[in-house]
Amino acid sequence: MKKLNLLLTMLLTLTVILSACGTNGDSSEGQKDCEPDSSAIKAGIVTDEGGVDDKSFNQSAWEGLKAYGEEYCLDKDEMYGYAQSNQDSEYESNLTRLTQQDYELIFGIGFKLKDAVQTVASQNPDTKYALVDDVAEGDNVASVTFKEHQGSFLVGVAAALKSETGKVGFVGGIDSPLINKFEAGYVAGVKSVDPSIEVDVRYAESFSDAGKGRQIAKSMYDSNVDVIYHAAGGAGNGVFTEAKDIKAGDSEANVWVIGVDRDQYEEGSVDDSNVTLTSMVKRVDVAVQDVIKRTIEGNFPGGEVLEYGLADGGISVADTNEEAYTDEIASKVKEWKEKIQNGDVEVPQTREELEGFVSNLE
Amino acid sequence: MSGFVDILNSIIPSALMLATPLIFTALGGVFSERSGIINIGLEGLMIMGAFVAVVINLELYPILGSTLTPWVSILVAAVIGGLFASLHAVATVTFRADQVVSGVAINFLALGIGLFLIKQIYGKGQTDMIDGGLRSTDIPILEHIPVIGPIFFEGTYYTNWLAVILAFVVWYVIFKTPFGLRLRSVGEHPFAADSVGINVNRMRYIAVMLSGFFGGAGGAIFALTFAGNFSQGTISGQGFIALAAVVFGKWHPIGALGAALFFGLAQSLSVIGGGIPLLEDIPSVYLQIAPYVLTIFALVGLVGRAEAPKSLGTPFVKGSR
Repeated sequence: MKKLNLLLTMLLTLTVILSACGTNGDSSEGQKDCEPDSSAIKAGIVTDEGGVDDKSFNQSAWEGLKAYGEEYCLDKDEMYGYAQSNQDSEYESNLTRLTQQDYELIFGIGFKLKDAVQTVASQNPDTKYALVDDVAEGDNVASVTFKEHQGSFLVGVAAALKSETGKVGFVGGIDSPLINKFEAGYVAGVKSVDPSIEVDVRYAESFSDAGKGRQIAKSMYDSNVDVIYHAAGGAGNGVFTEAKDIKAGDSEANVWVIGVDRDQYEEGSVDDSNVTLTSMVKRVDVAVQDVIKRTIEGNFPGGEVLEYGLADGGISVADTNEEAYTDEIASKVKEWKEKIQNGDVEVPQTREELEGFVSNLE
Repeated sequence: MSGFVDILNSIIPSALMLATPLIFTALGGVFSERSGIINIGLEGLMIMGAFVAVVINLELYPILGSTLTPWVSILVAAVIGGLFASLHAVATVTFRADQVVSGVAINFLALGIGLFLIKQIYGKGQTDMIDGGLRSTDIPILEHIPVIGPIFFEGTYYTNWLAVILAFVVWYVIFKTPFGLRLRSVGEHPFAADSVGINVNRMRYIAVMLSGFFGGAGGAIFALTFAGNFSQGTISGQGFIALAAVVFGKWHPIGALGAALFFGLAQSLSVIGGGIPLLEDIPSVYLQIAPYVLTIFALVGLVGRAEAPKSLGTPFVKGSR
């Protein structure tokens, strides 16, 4: 019996701890000196485990929602708010909770929420939902995706201009159509600047194993690669630790990392320098605000797949590291950006399209 | 020839680097299991170690600077790991709970506590990147040995060599000292040990806490060399690989060292293999699964029957026989 009691106690402790995570104690700010806009709708987001301060996707989405709240002079939790999921099993209950609280438009942040969004949306046909970063089915669900290949193309241009050795690298998370999009865009960008530059493409087959990420980065830098673009989430941390270790040992070393999803400038900081050349930034905040605006105007894009790219500001390239990301690179990147927007350049999204793209260059 | 040396030069340092956290943790596992307590909780102990090390590192870096911070972080992580492991000891030794279930609970609990406290301290789901991570160095004098020097002693970590030395120290302690004899006797035949006046429960407490000490250090080293921050996925399976290394190494410290190095080498080959002329043509999926396939072969064929300590997994009830 004692055994059982003890295990129960342990499980209880765990439950208490986990459920304690769920409460978020943001108190609302002071009085406002404006009147809420009557056309506004009640909008909310459901995050994944990262929470609204993960400095990534969720945070960006929350910032978009907050900006909407300020623009329309709304009260937090009254007209806009968020629910944080602490484990996979909470997605559905959080979506349902917001639905019951009469939210009119609810965003699911991240592809992990796909199934939950589809289930809850089919149960509540009168509420509008939007899934960020994947495609969901249902007439009351809008799918928000990004043209990652365009941004990857531009950072590829930057990598090619920065490289002195003529060799650059790409570290992907899991070899999948989504990450192949990053790869294809990046390689195309590099080759557009100089077809003779070699691109070493490898996959960590994990989005969390920093050990593998670091080993891959090490073998790349060992073989004279000097710029690595990672699209590998937590495994990409290993790319940063390796580059920073090289930089810490030799401050003159020419090693660079290109970040992904958000501006990863802070991750690259080592002593007085920084190894982050630039980052391919997905502006979830822009997308969130746009979907809300459309809904207010009565044009909720239910059942549609929205693709945000360079043209609408949904994708951008970070220029925080002014020392490394020189004016010359910046102006070249801008040139290519215009070419993409004009339609002069059609950025490949798959390996097959990339082959055609590269053979056209020669 | 020089090409071959170049290849070794890129595989071996990275294999050693990857093996180091595994060696530390596996040594901890050897202590615990030699005393008769199964420790599935190694993963959780590593998580706890990684969490503590990252927090200590973030907090103390401004005060201690880049030389001292990583070592202090590892030490504190090891101590907290030892204390945390005492929960496992309380459950399995004092209350005689099922050792596997308690170990699983340790794994859950560590992640829960870690993420919860991160949320409380920093108000977010993961920490910032640390500044005071471990840094690679060249080991003086030894780096000048021809051929071997650059492969083993250039751009390496002191922790790598500490791990190797510790494996031998642990071997000495377990097999050549009275303490080690008692530890092993408690794991093999606790009643006999009890009859000659050894305090079985105390020995098991010490062993489990030592496993926490080493596991915590292993997790800390992983966080400070690879991840650079603490989040949900920082430790993802390394503790279980260390556990496999304990079994693979036949519950022997040197065996565990060998097994951990083997895992490091296999993974390093699978990662770097793509860049090696001979292995270039092999589809990468085969290289990716190689570590696991090799492990199964090694366990079935080469190692022979693995002999676990006889009383592994059975609680000691004084006077029950």
